[in-house]
Amino acid sequence: MTKHVLIADDEANIVISLEFLMKREGHRVTIARDGDAALDAIRRERPDLVLLDVMMPGRSGFEICQAVRGDESLAAVKILMLSAKGRDTDQAKGSALGADAYMTKPFSTRELADKVKQLLGG
Amino acid sequence: MLSAPLVLAASFAYLLLLFGVAHFADARARAGRSMISNAWVYTLSMGVYCTAWTYFGSVGRAASSGLWFLPIYLGPTLAMLLAWPVLRKMIRIARQYRITSIADFIASRYGKSRGLAALVTVIALVGILPYVALQLKAIASGYALLTTGPGAAHAGGPWWRDSTLYFALALAGFTIAFGTRHLDTSERHEGMVAAIALESVVKLLAFMAVGVFVCWGLFDSPGEIFAQAAARADLQPLLGLGGTGGDARFAGGQWFALTLLAMLSVIFLPRQFQVMVVENVDERHVKRASWAFPLYLLLINLFVLPIALGGLLHFASVGQGGADPETFVLSLPLANGAHGLALVAFIGGLSAATGMIIVEAIAVSTMVSNDLVMPLLLRLRGRHDARDLSGTPLAVRRVVIVALLLLGYLYFRIAGEAYALVSIGLISFAAVAQFAPALLGGMFWKGGTRAGALAGLGAGFALWVYTLMLPSIAKSGWLPTPFLHDGPFGLALLRPEQLLGLTGLDNLTHALLWSLLVNTGLYVAVSLARAPSAREAAQALLFVDVFARTGRGAAAAPVFWRGRANVAVLQQLAVRFLGVEAAQRLFADVARQRGAGRIEAVAADAQLVQLVETQLAGAIGSASAHAVVAAVVDEEPLAPADILRMLDEASQVRAANRQLESLDKLKDDFMSSVTHELRTPLTSIRAFAELMRDDPAMDVAQRQQFIGLIVAEAERLSRLVNQVLDMAKIESGHGDWRNQAIDLRELIAHALSTTREAFRERGASVTVEQPEAVPLLHADRDRLLQVLLNLLSNALKFVPAGHGRVIVRLTTDARAATIEVSDNGPGIAPEQQPQVFEKFRQGGEANNRPQGTGLGLPISRQIVEHLGGRIWLQSRPGQGACFGFDLPWHPEEKHA
Repeated sequence: MTKHVLIADDEANIVISLEFLMKREGHRVTIARDGDAALDAIRRERPDLVLLDVMMPGRSGFEICQAVRGDESLAAVKILMLSAKGRDTDQAKGSALGADAYMTKPFSTRELADKVKQLLGG
Repeated sequence: MLSAPLVLAASFAYLLLLFGVAHFADARARAGRSMISNAWVYTLSMGVYCTAWTYFGSVGRAASSGLWFLPIYLGPTLAMLLAWPVLRKMIRIARQYRITSIADFIASRYGKSRGLAALVTVIALVGILPYVALQLKAIASGYALLTTGPGAAHAGGPWWRDSTLYFALALAGFTIAFGTRHLDTSERHEGMVAAIALESVVKLLAFMAVGVFVCWGLFDSPGEIFAQAAARADLQPLLGLGGTGGDARFAGGQWFALTLLAMLSVIFLPRQFQVMVVENVDERHVKRASWAFPLYLLLINLFVLPIALGGLLHFASVGQGGADPETFVLSLPLANGAHGLALVAFIGGLSAATGMIIVEAIAVSTMVSNDLVMPLLLRLRGRHDARDLSGTPLAVRRVVIVALLLLGYLYFRIAGEAYALVSIGLISFAAVAQFAPALLGGMFWKGGTRAGALAGLGAGFALWVYTLMLPSIAKSGWLPTPFLHDGPFGLALLRPEQLLGLTGLDNLTHALLWSLLVNTGLYVAVSLARAPSAREAAQALLFVDVFARTGRGAAAAPVFWRGRANVAVLQQLAVRFLGVEAAQRLFADVARQRGAGRIEAVAADAQLVQLVETQLAGAIGSASAHAVVAAVVDEEPLAPADILRMLDEASQVRAANRQLESLDKLKDDFMSSVTHELRTPLTSIRAFAELMRDDPAMDVAQRQQFIGLIVAEAERLSRLVNQVLDMAKIESGHGDWRNQAIDLRELIAHALSTTREAFRERGASVTVEQPEAVPLLHADRDRLLQVLLNLLSNALKFVPAGHGRVIVRLTTDARAATIEVSDNGPGIAPEQQPQVFEKFRQGGEANNRPQGTGLGLPISRQIVEHLGGRIWLQSRPGQGACFGFDLPWHPEEKHA
């Protein structure tokens, strides 16, 4: 069944690959290329899932995660954080701020697709 | 009555218990699990302030003069509540410079003066000896009272049958066992401190048990005791604040004097300095002790007045009005058949006395050994005698401990009942109070000098002897008394207790006023008369500014020494005083810290000399340590100006250290940025490759797009790797520079032809403004081309698509050639401008951020700077950006 996925990343080629992957999985895709645009899009579109890059200009992924989790009306939005920083502390920070999952770049597209499926199915 | 064997057995059992606790604590300390590293234990160990003089004497004093026992405890309470920062500073100084006694502290502050150390030691010794006798007397009379009943003559009989003598010897043995095990006294006596803390608990509980017994056993309540006393004309004055002379008015001066005296002695008594400063494990413990120790004092004083009044009332009612109030703590339970409680009370008194004797003996023996005996020994043996002395300080200390207790015993035998013993506690206090001006002044005033301290201390001590000690001896009947009333040689102005006609004060206030006044006055006046020497100034800085120079960056604490030394000689010296094993450990540590394989490879610099001297100071005191080190090294005298210069150097070293730290952090940031930058293209490459792998049916156009992106990202990745390597090479100075003569016009043409296609694609025009001919420049052609390409591609990225304009301008003057690249892009905001030359700071908006590496401009800057030039940016938002750099024709001229 078709879900709505927001891709928030400032790297054009990564966005292209994620967009292709999500569309292949049958989802509807919206794109945001910086932190502020991402937060606006989440509030406006209320996607089912956000693929959220940690290091973005404007607001960081952590800040967005915190803002979304602080808003009751957005409780249904799942957040999967993606980061090129793989340190445990970042991962812990992500979970502490309420991210549903955290993956390190470079990621396996199959694992990412499975994780998305799992988050949207639950 | 109790049987003598029972009391003796209980006493020795108690001492054995202490021994066991001390042994256990020492074993724990060796295993690295300190028992005394605890603010409560620290506080309890400070309870050594309460001696037998408190335990028995307070009640006696309260019975004869009411609330007069109080100032002795108000003083320490005020001192701890108000002056704990002073204590903390003393602890920090002592820790930093391995100071082991109060004599060491004062001597070290004033240029490590041996004379001063000796004077302080003598004052402490003279002041303290009668105090030790007082403790022995308390034990002896308590023992006599328990075993033979009130009124027994306890000092009678031949000395070899006097149990007090054996008791003194047993205490000496205990003190030796736990106070003189290690050579280095700045390694603390954990066992002793644990035992002392236990003693504080025992004496407090025992005293309170007696208090409870008197208040609620003999009487109905404390209220009843006070009511009965108030009803008796002879006891009623005890409840007021009048002077000791029977005057009912509040004697403010006397209260002030006593309180001040106790305030000073709680810090300056050798035993207090020992437990509070030398034995302190963690200076943060001071915070809790500042309120917990006053609380301890309050508790132990709670029942003093009820016991005193209760005793007076009780013995008067049974017709024994003459009973000695000083032994009420024992005689009250005893007279009422509570033999068990009497024994407990005796053990409590024993606690108070032994605690004082043990700690005082350790403190004083360290001072006597380091500051009187060792200097003498060293002088007798000659400075270049290389014999092993590592065991000597310990042996000397042991002998001093035995001697101190025997002298105390002798004093007790001779002066047992005399006046001198009764008020000796306060007389001792007044002696150590003389340390205050030199010690406190030295901690907070850089102007104090050795001469000032010697003059102040000497005069204060002389006045103490004349106005307090001599009169007390005379009143004991050992000196003719006429000089008290008429003055020496009939000179009334010199009467010891009314000096210069000062009357109307009790003898203690009088003595304190004169001695402290003259002491402080001379200290300040003589110090001001001459500027401090270099050595005094150096020590003053180290003491007064101790918080600024320790803690973080302590490794760079200033070392005020200059001269020549020899590692082998320093090593011999350390072996001589510390022993082979400790010396080897010390030098092995030094070699390891400095990264040298063998100690012979270490430079005998100021730091090493200082280190050895500080280590020796822990064993033989700072004054002796300085003397023996000075004898084997070739020290150059310092002038006060040198001290300021060295201080400056030390702060420069600290600044350099801080810079290194921030460089380290920069490197970490760089690594994490590089990691991030490497992972980003890898992410795209992997994702596209996997998408194609999982979808064999992907249409060709899509496949072509993905492959193109993979190639582009792979190129980006190689560019990044190359640039990081390049950067690292240039930064580390290992870059390969192939300098040759370059025609800059030709170089610009080359750069433009390389980028022509890119400009065409973006629809941008490029204009060159340059002279007809320029001189040849000597530089690395490839690197310079790299700079130019960087600036051009940067400009191209930011110009508006379709109508971009880029201008390359080449100008020359006599000094340098200048190239500027300007564009008609959005420009760069002023707040971003300082960052553009930093690594991984890419400009531009996110959604059209170019695929750069974030290293182009930083590398360009390094190349230009390497060639002796400068790179800059001029930009105003909305009006484009202009990057420029200049290259001098003759780079070396810059340095000429």
